[in-house]
Amino acid sequence: MKKYFWQKPAKPFATMHKLWASTYKEMLLLIRDLGGIAILFIMPLLLLIVITLVQDSTFKTISDIKIPVLLVDNDKGEVSKNIVENLSESNSFEILQKSSEEEAKEAVFSGNYQLAIVIPENLSASLQKKVDQNVEGILSKFGLEEDTLAVVKEVIPQKEVRLYFDPATQVSFKSSVKNGIDKMISKIETQSIYKAFQTELGEDDAEPIFETESFIAFKEILPTKNNEEIIPNSAQHNVPAWTLFAIFFIIVPLSINLLKEKNQGTFVRLRTTPVSYATVLGGKTIVYLAVCLVQFTLMLLVGIFLFPAIGLPGVDVSGKLPMLYLVALFSGLAAIGLGLLIGTLAKTQEQAAPFGATSVVILAALGGVWVPVFVMPKFMQFVSKISPMNWGLEAFYDVFLRNVGFVKILPEISLLLLFFLTTIIIAIIYNRRKNAL
Amino acid sequence: MIEINQLSKKYKGAEYFSVKDLNLKVEKGEIYGLLGPNGAGKTTLISMLTSLLKPTSGSFTINGLNFKEHKNQLKQLIGIVPQEYALYPTLTAFENLEYFGSMYGIKGEILKDSINEHLEIMGLSKFANKKTDTFSGGMKRRVNLIAGILHQPKVLFLDEPTVGVDVQSKNVIIDHLKLLNKQGTTIVYTSHHLNEAEFFCTHVAIIDRGEIIVKGVPSQLIKNQPEAKNLEEVFLAKTGKALRDHA
Repeated sequence: MKKYFWQKPAKPFATMHKLWASTYKEMLLLIRDLGGIAILFIMPLLLLIVITLVQDSTFKTISDIKIPVLLVDNDKGEVSKNIVENLSESNSFEILQKSSEEEAKEAVFSGNYQLAIVIPENLSASLQKKVDQNVEGILSKFGLEEDTLAVVKEVIPQKEVRLYFDPATQVSFKSSVKNGIDKMISKIETQSIYKAFQTELGEDDAEPIFETESFIAFKEILPTKNNEEIIPNSAQHNVPAWTLFAIFFIIVPLSINLLKEKNQGTFVRLRTTPVSYATVLGGKTIVYLAVCLVQFTLMLLVGIFLFPAIGLPGVDVSGKLPMLYLVALFSGLAAIGLGLLIGTLAKTQEQAAPFGATSVVILAALGGVWVPVFVMPKFMQFVSKISPMNWGLEAFYDVFLRNVGFVKILPEISLLLLFFLTTIIIAIIYNRRKNAL
Repeated sequence: MIEINQLSKKYKGAEYFSVKDLNLKVEKGEIYGLLGPNGAGKTTLISMLTSLLKPTSGSFTINGLNFKEHKNQLKQLIGIVPQEYALYPTLTAFENLEYFGSMYGIKGEILKDSINEHLEIMGLSKFANKKTDTFSGGMKRRVNLIAGILHQPKVLFLDEPTVGVDVQSKNVIIDHLKLLNKQGTTIVYTSHHLNEAEFFCTHVAIIDRGEIIVKGVPSQLIKNQPEAKNLEEVFLAKTGKALRDHA
């Protein structure tokens, strides 16, 4: 019989050997679960493709999609003609005329249409009257108008353009439509005022004395790379956001992996062996970090090659790959830390799986994956700052869209690393206390 | 080898002690059977002795060492074969054993030779590369046993090592344990199979409601109990016939 192993002196690098054995075991467990691997890699890709396809139109300046809008024209005048022309020119709407307000209202409130616009009776005439009245009033102040004292001002009631929205319509869509129509009506009003002045001053309409075009223009200045503007598209917004979301979803299989160990008794056996909990977690961290990086690679490949092939804008990663992998690595560590902590604290899979999945959704919401952080209420903006998904997302945006250097992302990746270390330390301390003798 | 002094365990919220003021000495080279009805406290006692459970009070030493001060030394010294099949179902028998052996720091050819040797003895050589979820209960029990003895422990704790297995598997397990004992391993085991314990153990302790009712050499215990022909009759005489169901 061989000499007892415990009689031999302890050898150096024993921990490294145990870590390697744990890593190898985790890798075997993972590759033996082909269904699990498929879900782990295919579902995030599917999520990325679907979200990008859905959101693509919101990033396009000229959309192929036209929203059908019901229009009830009770005015039949110059103003309503202008409104219809402007709406048609916007290329966003398809105008469908309806004869009755009641009919349009019912169609919208029953969810058949998103929007109905009702132009009131005599809008053009009333607007003209109101503008004429105002212009005459102003000119009389300058002594340019005759017999002003004799005229009694007619009271012109305010007119309202009525908008009906489907109750299920999103607030952001409602706001943008309302703003668009408001701007359009203001422009029509301004043009009417200019026209009235010209008429009152007896000038020829064919030779305009007022320039009705906006004097103040605006221009969006974008970050540049090699003197070329980097124009954000839906892929560049979606790939980082949903890649991060997928990376964090590693929390669910990882926490379940730990609970399986507890349930199948292998964890009990491990507790009787001279191996530290940190080593056990180390093996899981290495394998699942590799999974995160493979996931990230696949998502980048989809963004670079598949998106252009299906008519979506492609992702430009030129010169950014090392930094992108750095962010993915630290984001993966943060996600793994949280997964291991949940797996350590939870007693059953029924606790870990829903808690893990819900945590990812909450972290994504807080991190600004769905709603930009700047539109959140003040308190939520503060909470967002302590969400690891926000650090990851900001770091990805820094690299993808803001074209910054390593130093700029250092605070974000440091926070992600700190989060990983904190969660792992809590898991180890909790495990030690729970099993203290 | 093992010295237990006034060892007690009361679970949180429990009405009674699972193990109460238990004193026991197990000498080197003994095969000590812990026998008792369900819920007697056998598994609780083994769990405390293998560092899986914290005692409420009392102490114990194994080879003069205690877990508070010599945790890793003791873990290297002892082996445990739990009642559950503590194996990864999607790993092969060899991969399971390779992993658990590595956790004791064994590696390379020494580990491979040791695994192959044990698989051969246990009649599992040709199933070495099969996943354990395809194994029968008896085969899993045998792999479970090998995982606990690969590092050649000085003291081996077994919790119901032959429960739910056929006679053939049971014989292989018992024969191998006897061989290990001959080679110097002290064995502490729990069982419901009193016939098995009578012939396998050098010493037994009958435990009921967390306390030792009687202990000694099986043949001596039978002799001391009037009209008892075997250990089972001693057991029934000492523990009674009432059911011990409790939650």
